[in-house]
Amino acid sequence: MSIGLAHYLGVAATLFTIGVFGIFLNRKNVIVILMSVELMLLAVNINLVAFSTHLGDLMGQVFALLVLTVAAAEAAIGLAILVVYFRNRGSIAVDEIDSLKG
Amino acid sequence: MIVSAFFWLFASVLLVSAALVITLRNPVHAVLFLILAFFNGAGLFLLAGAEFLAMILVVVYVGAVLVLFLFIIMMLDVDFAELKAGFIRSAPLAGLVGGVLLAELMFVALKWKPAAMAAKLKMAPAMQGMTNTEALGRILYTDHVYFFQAAGMILLVAMIGAIVLSLHHRRDVKRQNVADQVARTREEAVRLVDVKPGQGL
Repeated sequence: MSIGLAHYLGVAATLFTIGVFGIFLNRKNVIVILMSVELMLLAVNINLVAFSTHLGDLMGQVFALLVLTVAAAEAAIGLAILVVYFRNRGSIAVDEIDSLKG
Repeated sequence: MIVSAFFWLFASVLLVSAALVITLRNPVHAVLFLILAFFNGAGLFLLAGAEFLAMILVVVYVGAVLVLFLFIIMMLDVDFAELKAGFIRSAPLAGLVGGVLLAELMFVALKWKPAAMAAKLKMAPAMQGMTNTEALGRILYTDHVYFFQAAGMILLVAMIGAIVLSLHHRRDVKRQNVADQVARTREEAVRLVDVKPGQGL
């Protein structure tokens, strides 16, 4: 059986679901939530690349490159906020993170 | 034949390591499995013909972003067993949401067909007779150069933001101040005291 677009879409859909599942499963652990977001963005990139190849349109790969950029920026900022929060509170529990409102 | 074998290999390792990322107790192991997942994602990109993105994923994403994750987790001294406490309790809700979402996405992914006019709407038709990297460079640096600049701007803002957030000036540490040292004059450094003999200070 040759590999078509539907196979890539199926893998990406499963990966995206694992990411959402991870966010609900680890509601207290913000590091695992960030990793789940990375998994979801990887699923989106697989979708973009699969459509790009299938339709013969390179625009999807340009967009996947932008998604990678934004994901890198998001990881950097998220981890910086995490470090500052840990320095102030000594914990990274998400339950108490609304104290950032002041 | 060999392509489909590699597709199933990459896809299965990708999904298994993604499942381990969200269930493992030790976050260092979770990040290592996330790195494995991204390597297999790069393999899927290669099979789909996006060689440049596959290499970017390995070099930039695994090499920089995930190693940053690893450093942060090793740096923070967090009791992860405590954070895992609500794990079993939230499993039913997570299973429900995940199951509904998976059913919907699978329905879309398998029952999908392109619009009749999709072929005419291509913004950047794939170019023949050149590598993927060259084709991507040709459109990224010409037609879509503003996207490229915007990506650079996003990275710059993120870099400045991360530095501003985590720069931490400690007041209790003594630091060398070269300007103060150079600006010191003889008058404020040395004082001549006239001590009379036999009197002391």
